[in-house]
Amino acid sequence: MVKEIERVGIPVVHICTVTPISLTVGANRIVPAIAIPHPLGNPALSLEEEKAIRRRILTTALKALSTEVTDQTIFDN
Amino acid sequence: MAKIKVVQYINQFFAQIGGEEMADYKPELRQGPVGPGLAFNAAFGEDAEIVATVICGDSYYNENLDEAKATVVEMVKSCGADMFIAGPAFNAGRYGVACGSICEEVKNKLGMPVLTGMYVENPGADMYKNSVYIVETKNSAAGMRDAVKKMAPLALKLARGEKIGASAEEGYFPNGIRKNFFEKERGSKRAVDMLLKKLAGKPFTTEYPMPDFDRVAPNPAVKDITKATIALVTSGGIVPKGNPDHIEASSASKYGKYDIEGVMDLTADTYETAHGGYDPVYANADADRVLPVDVLREFEKEGKIGKLFRYFYTTVGNGTSVKNAKGFAAEYAIELKNAGVDAVILTST
Repeated sequence: MVKEIERVGIPVVHICTVTPISLTVGANRIVPAIAIPHPLGNPALSLEEEKAIRRRILTTALKALSTEVTDQTIFDN
Repeated sequence: MAKIKVVQYINQFFAQIGGEEMADYKPELRQGPVGPGLAFNAAFGEDAEIVATVICGDSYYNENLDEAKATVVEMVKSCGADMFIAGPAFNAGRYGVACGSICEEVKNKLGMPVLTGMYVENPGADMYKNSVYIVETKNSAAGMRDAVKKMAPLALKLARGEKIGASAEEGYFPNGIRKNFFEKERGSKRAVDMLLKKLAGKPFTTEYPMPDFDRVAPNPAVKDITKATIALVTSGGIVPKGNPDHIEASSASKYGKYDIEGVMDLTADTYETAHGGYDPVYANADADRVLPVDVLREFEKEGKIGKLFRYFYTTVGNGTSVKNAKGFAAEYAIELKNAGVDAVILTST
């Protein structure tokens, strides 16, 4: 799906936990997530702490979208 | 001759420990065969036997890669076996990646022959086919019998150090290694035969398949993200409560497009996941954990982004064919483009 979105000319960032799969599939901008069943959260934490994590990951995602890349790139949080 | 001793790696599902709710299961070593090991033992007959089985949850393995690898390698080592088999994983993505990864690790760390099996579209196949032997299987566990029939004889050959034939003969994925052999007929005749078949519209098999490099170059970055319209897309199956379009829990045949105008937060009463390939408890309790509408609304208010696009697109990435996923995205990507969306955040579970 990331490739088809990229193909029409829209930059796309892929947020996922298993980044090697994302690389294999062909995403260009990749941001690692927390865990498979809750990529942008962590139920072990309080709701506020979870939100802080979510903000951090999405801030990285926005940075990825604003960064020129020539090749597949993983943006660490 | 003594029986060849085999250790097998399987996931929590094939060990009948549980489904997604048990995907965090830590590695466990059991004596003897478990689940698919029984079919392998039957196929091995007097030649080999599964002496032990390592069971590990798919999420645990993929989320704790280094730890899982080290633990499983120690367990395999303690068995003093001659051969290591993982899976088969069919079209289960995380399981396939785990099987390929642990085979590579066991081969490198313990120097043992290894073998796994999976479906061609399993991401693990592309990732590991050049480093370990991976037998091509069908896409679901209904193909177990067929998988065992192909894997058991190849496992015996590998364990005995026998010569392994070409991928087309043995049934494993081509691994880039070429074998020289003499064809019965000369090249000119084979080429003409192939051409005649092609002209007649009959099926033919190429002797040199072109590599499939489907890569799309990255688009230029968003110039000013604070003015950009950003759309959310997910393969994590987030849908309005009740799943109004009945998106399938696995092998999805459709995607959904849902209006989030005025929606500030996804709650347990309003949204849920239709995905059948991960434990849904956390996403059902708070779907923002998969589709982060709440924080993007805050970003919108704070001026960090221009705006969140009015619709989100969603499907279930669980055994869904690459062809379907590609088709969905090709369709909605054009809608996004025409609607003036500047960038997409796509989340996957």
